[in-house]
Amino acid sequence: MKAHHRARRWARALPAYIVLSLLAVIMLFPFVWMISSSLKDVTQIYQLKLFPERPTLDNYRYILFSTSTRFPHWFLNSLIVAVCTTASVLFFDSLVGYTLAKFRFPGKRIIFLLIISTLMIPTEMLVIPWYAMIRAMKWVNTYWAIMFPGMISAFGVFLMRQFMSTIPDDLIDAARVDGLGELRIFITVVMPLVAPALATLAIFNFIGNWNAFLWPLIAASKPAMFTLPVGLANFSGEAGSDWHYIMTGAAVAMAPLIVVFLVFQKQIVKGIAMTGLKG
Amino acid sequence: MKLSTKRAVTAYLFLALPLVFFLCVRLGPMLYMLAMSFTNWGLLRRTVKFIGFKNYEVLFADPVFLQSLSNTARYAVFGAPIVILLSLGIALLLDSIPKGKGIYRLIYVLPYITPVVAVSWVWRWMYQPPPLGIIDGVLGALGLPAGEFLNSPTQALPSILAVNVWVEMGYCTIIFLAGLQTIPKEISEAAKIDGASDRQVLRRVTLPLLMPITFFLMVMEGIQFLRIFTQVYNMSMQATGGPLNSTKSAALYIYQKAFTNFEMARAASASAVLFAIIMVVTILQIRFFDKRVNY
Repeated sequence: MKAHHRARRWARALPAYIVLSLLAVIMLFPFVWMISSSLKDVTQIYQLKLFPERPTLDNYRYILFSTSTRFPHWFLNSLIVAVCTTASVLFFDSLVGYTLAKFRFPGKRIIFLLIISTLMIPTEMLVIPWYAMIRAMKWVNTYWAIMFPGMISAFGVFLMRQFMSTIPDDLIDAARVDGLGELRIFITVVMPLVAPALATLAIFNFIGNWNAFLWPLIAASKPAMFTLPVGLANFSGEAGSDWHYIMTGAAVAMAPLIVVFLVFQKQIVKGIAMTGLKG
Repeated sequence: MKLSTKRAVTAYLFLALPLVFFLCVRLGPMLYMLAMSFTNWGLLRRTVKFIGFKNYEVLFADPVFLQSLSNTARYAVFGAPIVILLSLGIALLLDSIPKGKGIYRLIYVLPYITPVVAVSWVWRWMYQPPPLGIIDGVLGALGLPAGEFLNSPTQALPSILAVNVWVEMGYCTIIFLAGLQTIPKEISEAAKIDGASDRQVLRRVTLPLLMPITFFLMVMEGIQFLRIFTQVYNMSMQATGGPLNSTKSAALYIYQKAFTNFEMARAASASAVLFAIIMVVTILQIRFFDKRVNY
């Protein structure tokens, strides 16, 4: 009876499985096609074959090791930008979140509203004044120019404030009685308590900064300072019909994110579901 | 010093640097941009003069700007509802299957996590005319006429829009699915015991309970599509929003005005217009949905 019931449930779900699987093929196909194209040489790239007849890694050798491309350099730039901004966001966002959740002081509400209101200003509205700023300060073509707008995130402040308010006051007071300084308490007592939230914030911040395009495109004009997306756009625009190289470059730009994604898939899905986080 | 005063001082010390950041990097530049939109500001000009609404007058007399606005409207008006309807359907399907939700969800969200620049170039490669492009190759094999996609003034915008739908769908699906899982099973079971059919449960119970999430996603996706830039920059010829400006979004117009033509003040006034549109659309959506969500 029970087995019969289960079989019926599966039979009823069959059409859903068919639709979902077809859709999965559509979602995945561009990635498969990208990898397939990146394994073809110039004589095979125009053959519409999913499995290349003579697969080759020459394109990867060209993109990663040839002196005529700067992909390794751009890769490093992206890594530096994403790691530094993420470290800064983790520290400052949790510090601000903690202060707004756990301290009582005049003007707290106003400060919170002021920070949250900046969430409504899209990047597109700010790049022009930022550009005027980095020119005036002579920051053009520096890491700092690319990074400074992302050093603190208002969304992260909002998120951390929520998590910080769940920490019991007794724990903090106990640390104060032990004579710890306020900054010490924040770093050694409070931050470890919100480690899971910090992990989620770190993952999304890293992804967002790794993928960022508009501001890095404006802030860096020298190829040596390009981040990977800017470098890829530039390289592809100039590569013309060298699609085998373009697809290899795209695969290289995606690779670290696919790794991050596979390692942290649970946190990513949960992060989106719980908070509506955008990368 | 009193203990409460000491605590307040600590709080201000902790907040000092971040507050300077938000004032100098977010609010200040925003106000600066608004102010500059009323001047003749340019990077090469020494003196900046107040010129009133001149920039706005010139802007709204520019057919390219008007076209970029209507393109942006098309991205948002078609893009956001398509993403939301598709992902709602997918989430309902995912919710109905006994096993394998996780793996499907993982596959669907993959495009959302990967760099937009990279996926834009992958799609641009697939959209190439025959004999290069795989999509036309498949259409040809099925005996269907080849599409012109990015090379046609009428097909280019929908082609770029489709890529953004493909990117955003996984994000919305995850949020819808999370919403579906918060609906207690007892409610739909009770409705079924009362004789409601599956379709009635969906229409009268599930969908109304999903309204707040749908509203949240409408706002998020509406803003997302109004701001579309990276896809257009990377998928249109020479990154100019072609062919014939048919794909140029407002954000790309602003970028070109500022960083190709160096007409900073003109670009600032265009960003003020886009910002106003985003604000108005968001507020209207909140108003509209507030009435319908409170049942």
